[in-house]
Amino acid sequence: MDQLFPSVGISVVRIFEKLGHTVDFKESILCCGQPAFNAGFWDESRDIAVRVLQSLSGEGPVVVPSGSCTAMVKNFYPELFRARSEAAVAEQLSRRTFEFSSFLVDQLGVTDLGSRFPARVTFHDGCHGLRELQIKRQPRLLLERVKDLTLVEMEDQTSCCGFGGTFAVKFPMISTAMGETKSASALSTEAEYLVSNDSSCLMHLQGLLNRQNKKLKTVHLAEVLASY
Amino acid sequence: MNEGKREAILGRIREAVRVAAPRPHEGSGRYDSNAIEVPQTSREWLPSVPLDAEGRLNLFREKCSQLRTEFRFLSGQEGAAAALADLRNKQKWTVLGSHHHPMLDPLVQSLGLETLYVEQHPQSKSLERCSVGITACDALIAQTGSILLTARSAGGRALSVLPPHHVVVASVDQLLPDLPAAFELLYEKYGDNYPSFATLITGPSRTGDIERILVLGAHGPRDLTIILLGTNA
Amino acid sequence: MSFTFASKFKIQATKVTADLDHRAKIRAALKSYETARDERKAQYQDWQAARHGAASIKWESLNHLDAYLVDFVTKLSARGTKVFWAGNAQEARDYIVALAKEKRAHTIIKSKTMTSEEIHLNEALRQAGYEVVESDLGEFIVQLRGEAPYHLVFPAMHLTRHEISDLFHEKLHSAPSEHPEELTMIARKELRFKYIQADIGISGANFGIAETGMISITENEGNGRLTTALPKVHVALMGIEKVIPRLSDLALFLPLLATAGTGQQITCYNSLIGGPRQSDEPDGPDEFHLVLLDNNRTQLLADAEQRDALHCIRCGACLNACPIFRNVGGHTYGTTYQGPIGSVITPHLRGLMDWKHLSYASSLCGACTEVCPVKINLHHHLLHNRRNAVASRPDPSERAAFRLFAFLTRYPGLVNRLARISRPLVPFVRVVKPILPAPIKGWLSSRDLPKIARESFRDYWKKR
Ligand code: SF4
Repeated sequence: MDQLFPSVGISVVRIFEKLGHTVDFKESILCCGQPAFNAGFWDESRDIAVRVLQSLSGEGPVVVPSGSCTAMVKNFYPELFRARSEAAVAEQLSRRTFEFSSFLVDQLGVTDLGSRFPARVTFHDGCHGLRELQIKRQPRLLLERVKDLTLVEMEDQTSCCGFGGTFAVKFPMISTAMGETKSASALSTEAEYLVSNDSSCLMHLQGLLNRQNKKLKTVHLAEVLASY
Repeated sequence: MNEGKREAILGRIREAVRVAAPRPHEGSGRYDSNAIEVPQTSREWLPSVPLDAEGRLNLFREKCSQLRTEFRFLSGQEGAAAALADLRNKQKWTVLGSHHHPMLDPLVQSLGLETLYVEQHPQSKSLERCSVGITACDALIAQTGSILLTARSAGGRALSVLPPHHVVVASVDQLLPDLPAAFELLYEKYGDNYPSFATLITGPSRTGDIERILVLGAHGPRDLTIILLGTNA
Repeated sequence: MSFTFASKFKIQATKVTADLDHRAKIRAALKSYETARDERKAQYQDWQAARHGAASIKWESLNHLDAYLVDFVTKLSARGTKVFWAGNAQEARDYIVALAKEKRAHTIIKSKTMTSEEIHLNEALRQAGYEVVESDLGEFIVQLRGEAPYHLVFPAMHLTRHEISDLFHEKLHSAPSEHPEELTMIARKELRFKYIQADIGISGANFGIAETGMISITENEGNGRLTTALPKVHVALMGIEKVIPRLSDLALFLPLLATAGTGQQITCYNSLIGGPRQSDEPDGPDEFHLVLLDNNRTQLLADAEQRDALHCIRCGACLNACPIFRNVGGHTYGTTYQGPIGSVITPHLRGLMDWKHLSYASSLCGACTEVCPVKINLHHHLLHNRRNAVASRPDPSERAAFRLFAFLTRYPGLVNRLARISRPLVPFVRVVKPILPAPIKGWLSSRDLPKIARESFRDYWKKR
């Protein structure tokens, strides 16, 4: 997000500040350790995660604009540190970590941000947000309140886009086939924008769409909500 | 017979389960917000069934029509005999297969056809000649439109599956609400003296193995008829 | 060996994923299933509780498997069943082949059993000189083609009616037909004769009931019933993990299996067999043999973390939901059990190092776990297999890469500067593609790289 999609972070900051909250960004954190974790390298993953635990110590809520990274911290950190000295800290962090859209809707009780985004859009659920965190309702509630925005659901809306981290480069043929199916569903809605709460899915899909010279643009939910 | 292997396998199992696995709600609970209190019976989760007799009968009728089971609710023996005679004529039955049962005997005799009784023809392969197998059953199940029968209640294993048409005759007090009731009945009726075979039949034999398209009469009967007698025969 | 299975998988996957006909065929075949399944699920008063209940029952039986198995076997033996405990595939095969010899059998008819695929029973019997006929329509079709089943529940779902018609024409000399109904009747006629002829019937078992000493067989066609009714000898082959405690548990498992598996409320025939023909019964086999198979199941049982993988009732729902399965197809796995459950258990049954690639061939989307009627934590077990594989033999270059990455995350400032420097290079990456490492090539095969932003979030934050 930092290097490839800074506008997502900027949008998140703008939204919370508009709502009157203060935001802090931990410059010491680069990654949650999920790539190593998913590849089976749990020691290397812990090496990264330990420092995340240290940087994020404290009490306030931690909001992450990616279902996938949220799931890592919220669901997998406790498993990664099970029966280790950091277990309690990991559990504590897990409890106060939230995915961006669910934080807005479930914690702050906000659905209308006064945003305006005049376009026809379709929404892709990142799998981790959807199935690890059961986030499906929240982004839709938020999108429904955006002025001049038309939300069109695509066929097989909950199926995976095929990114899957290192899977995308280890098994590019399968990942591509999945992405093709997904982008075909998105294209057939005739939307102008493909919105998601996960940048990694969008990076994969945008890469495919660009290669196929399609006009459909991908954009993160936060960027839509930060448009006025 | 091979006690050695038995003990070796049981030994491996005992060793393996010394550490208990996380319970379903522990192990996956963290990733699954649907942590659920488990009630005592599956009756509370399965599709619901009306409590009154008429509602059950209607549900059973509806299930039969979805399954393409021919269902006839008739008030007595005479109506049943007429319905069977009708089928005999339409399908040009030549040989019947049946078993002795007080409810079946008068009906089968009234059809006036050559009849193989399984009690006299224990070679089940001879049933291959029959146009129809007529049997009794243990129960009917409203929830699913199923028939519960056993080798003892319905003339063995082959009679209800080998001929191309299976006719079941039952009385209305045999209609049970749901699957839990059916297994309860089986358990209580037979105690420790089970027949070697029981089956739940739900609709005529079917397959979807070619392009997932439904075809009836794959290996078992293509036609299944249930004759339900309104008064106890 | 590891090279062979993994590379075969990749070669086959590359072929099938590019086959758009295959993709469309599988999608079409699953469409009506999905609709029916969702309608059925909606009729449950509480589908989630039903899954949870089923998982709890399976937990109970597996964690006390020794006691339930002993009950089960004692009850069965008391009523004349001959029980054989097979430690591995070889022992099970040898027992059944010896039995065929003892009975002077010629023809053996089988109803659907994946466990017999697991132990390669057909080959063993055929080599010993017996004719073995699969009677389930889908199995009959793939047997004629000399193929393994494509799917746990729908063995011939990859074939069109035209391909089946051609096959029947070639092998059975039947007239070509466009109609699934006519094709089914051709198989029915062919197999009728075999049931009457067969000396031995072989079946599987979906459940074993400890309380009463019975096996339960689920099917739709009636071939299972004929297989267990007509031949003089019936042999059932069952994995040791299939035992459940009570008869009444079936009231939950039977509809759950059907709903998840085929989108039916309950399948057409659900039969219980508790022994050979009893003295007051007109027909049925004179002998009933039950072969109980371990074949490394106890090894999986010993892994408490993944023990729930033995909950599996082989409904096939996780295959149907799996985007990997739908794109690579059932044969690509090269395993008896395809799809997510196959990827989870094959490393336990046949060796982690040979089969770990299946655990990596997943986007971890979790669709399998969501549909599994007995709540197996499938996609997390893929993660566990990956962790175990790394723990026993990590790939050195991958480990180096992740160590470097972990090291770099200590210095976000450095990474920021590196990114700024490499930003102008991104557009040229495709030009130098041939000399890039495999992962980047893999990405570029079908996708463009994302651009590195002019200003990183970090820079933006600093400036504020
Ligand atoms: S793992 Fe679950 S979903 Fe997959 S076949 Fe087994 S029971 Fe069905």
